[in-house]
Parts: sequence; structure tokens; C-alpha cells
Amino acid sequence: MLKIDSLEKGIVIDHITAGNGMKLYKLLNLDKLDCCVAVIKNAKSEKYGKKDIIKIDGITCVDLDILGFVDNNVTVCYIENGELIRKERPSLPSKLTNVIKCKNPRCISNAEEDIDHIFYLSDSETHKYRCIYCEQEYTDNH
Amino acid sequence: MRHLIDPLDFTKEEIGKILDLAEDISENTAAYAHKCDGKILATLFFEPSTRTRLSFESAMMRLGGKVLGFSSANSSSAAKGESVGDTIRTVSCYSDIIAMRHNKEGAPLVGSKYASVPVINAGDGGHQHPTQTLTDLLTIKKETGRLNNITVGLCGDLKFGRTVHSLIKSLARYEGIKFVLISPEELRVPDYIIEEVLVKGGHDFREVRTIEEVMPELDILYMTRVQRERFFNEEDYIRLKDSYILTKEKMALGKDSLRVLHPLPRVNEIAKEVDDDERAVYFKQVQNGVYVRMALIMTLLEIE
Repeated sequence: MLKIDSLEKGIVIDHITAGNGMKLYKLLNLDKLDCCVAVIKNAKSEKYGKKDIIKIDGITCVDLDILGFVDNNVTVCYIENGELIRKERPSLPSKLTNVIKCKNPRCISNAEEDIDHIFYLSDSETHKYRCIYCEQEYTDNH
Repeated sequence: MRHLIDPLDFTKEEIGKILDLAEDISENTAAYAHKCDGKILATLFFEPSTRTRLSFESAMMRLGGKVLGFSSANSSSAAKGESVGDTIRTVSCYSDIIAMRHNKEGAPLVGSKYASVPVINAGDGGHQHPTQTLTDLLTIKKETGRLNNITVGLCGDLKFGRTVHSLIKSLARYEGIKFVLISPEELRVPDYIIEEVLVKGGHDFREVRTIEEVMPELDILYMTRVQRERFFNEEDYIRLKDSYILTKEKMALGKDSLRVLHPLPRVNEIAKEVDDDERAVYFKQVQNGVYVRMALIMTLLEIE
């Protein structure tokens, strides 16, 4: 079995829905970090059958605000001195800036290049996000 | 500095003050003739409009101010590819307040982020039209004497009709409003209005397909035009454009206290014969639009 060393200091993003690992890697801009980052795909999971995991070595201050939007199954473990010091389930961010794009062809954000794509959480129960410009709901499927 | 981009940018109380001021202006117009002496309103109409632009210009002129601007994107630097932000930054240097219409939804919001003077959304695509809403509220208040406990029928293009979206959001803040949404299936009110305003707010509403079945219960009938310019497909427009036509016969089903509003322009959705009915108040509504825009300009410029 593939073996990835345990962390002395860092972050483990666990229970990522299988297949979402690389998507999160890109959205969190982890490719821009200077430290060692491991993306583990299709690891065995008792709960889900399989899962993805991301391990970030050496730093604990990474902006993970959008995690809750992309995958609300994940748990984030913060490691210091080889010990788990904190475990969190990410909450839904109230605002998403330049994470997703509005699909409404009538929206100004699709007409001009330099406009930030901003969505607000309009319903936390149903996880709905809406474009701040045209209020169209974001959906993944069209 | 305040802007008016969304009808809910002002609280119910602030709206109340604007409507009170507009009513006073309507009764004592001459007393306001110099309130905006030396001030300039810029009307930036990236999308053609007659009524709203002239209403804004009339409002500013009646307050003693001056106006400048353009009436289509082709006669502005937008035709050269200038961004909304750059246009607004530039025009902020020429004027004290800006009224902006754009065919893209959210463009006035973008403009307000770059403006150094107040920006008024004069209509953004099929999204919002808050000054029409102020006009509608003033007309309803003057005609019925109240803004609560009203059964409002909204009829026609409820999908792309921005005046409808703004009016529903605003009326939903008052007590005892019953909404009757009259439209073909294809032109239903967007889900976000249904779910986030009507359902979430626990409002009394229902959707129907004919005017006749609800006419006797309405206090207000708000007619709208099926707008050719909102359709990507001409065939869809032709199929839906004559969905509802208000006639004398249908008016006969309404109460004596019914009032018929329309944001205008109309095409054929209200037969000309209805104009003579005293319950048809859409031309009074046009006049109210000037008064309410005068009140809004004064409010945003913080002129007492």
C-alpha cells in the first residue's frame, strides 16, 4: 500500500469525497504553496468506501474558507509537534469570490472581463449560492 | 453616500419618508423648484428608454437642476469597449448624481462600486427597476390610501418583468399583502422570488393562468407587457405576446375600488377602451413617477 509519512506540523484535509481531491487542490491554490503537499486519491474509507485526502506539510495557516462550499463531508485536522491539536468541519462560507462563475448570459459578470465573480450564501439549509449581480442561483449541472 | 440599486436598499421607514416627500411635492411642486439649483444629474442609458429617462430628466429640471447624458450604448464610449466602471468613474467627475440603465443585470451595482456620487439603478436587464417600484408604491398609496392589506394581481411577463420582481420584494415588507401571480407557464415569476421572498417570508400567494378567475378579488391589477427584447427566440415571443389582453368585459368583473397599474409602455395588453375607465390609473402613475424621482434625487443628495 502507498505510504505517506505522518506530519510533524501541518494540515490534513480528510474525508474528501472521492474524486474531489484535485478539484480542491486547485481551488485552494495549493499549487502555489512552497511546501510539500500530497493528494491521495481513492484511499480506503470505512464510512464512504473510498475517499480523497490532502496533506499539507509544515504550515497550518492556509485559507480554507471555500472548503465547505466544495465538499461539506470533509474534516480538517491541524497537527503541531506530531499531535492533533484541532479538528474542524468547515462551515459554508457566506461569500465566494472568484471561485465559481455565473452562468446567466444576461449577467454583467459575463459581459466584462475585470469583474470579480461574487456569490453570496442565500440559504444555508439548502446550500444555495446566488450571484450578487443578477441573483441567479449557482448550479453545478448546466 | 447612498445608492439605490435594489428596491430593498432603503428600509420600509426610509421608503415611507420618500413617499411622503413625493406626495408633498405633488401638492406643492412650485415650492421645490429651486431645491437642486446648481446640481447636475447624469442619465446614462446604455439601453434605450423614453419614459424612465425623460422622467428622471423632468424630475431634475423641476427641481432646478440640469441634466446631461446619453440615451444608447452606441452613443457612449461603451461602443469603444469602455468598461462600466471606467464610464462611471468618468461621469462622477461631471455630475452630482447618476441614473443608469443597462441591459446587463447587475451593471448598476458594478457602477456603484466605482462611483464617487450616488448611483440610481434605472433598470438592469430583466432584474430590478427600483424607481418604477417607488412609482408603483406611491400610486398604490395615493389610490387606495394604504400599503397593507391589499390583494395584488401581477399579470403578464412575470419572468423577465423587472418591475414585477422589484414590486414583489418591496410589497412583501408590508402586512397583509396577498399576491396573485397571473402568467403563462413559460413566464412564471423566477424561482428565487418565489422561494426566497414569498415562501421564506410566509406570504399568501398563488399562481393562476387566467385573469378572469381572480378579477373579482383584486384591489390592484398590475399589468405588464411581454417584452420582445428579453427573448433570445422570436418564435417564443410571438407565441406568448398575446397571452393576456385586458378588455372592458374583463374590467366588468372587477370591484369598483380596483385600480389598474401598468409600468408602460403597453403594446396591446390593455385595450384602449379601458383607458376611459376611472379605475385605470396608469397615466397618473407616470405623473407620480416624476414626483417620486424628485423625492429620491433630493433624498440621495441629502437636500432638505
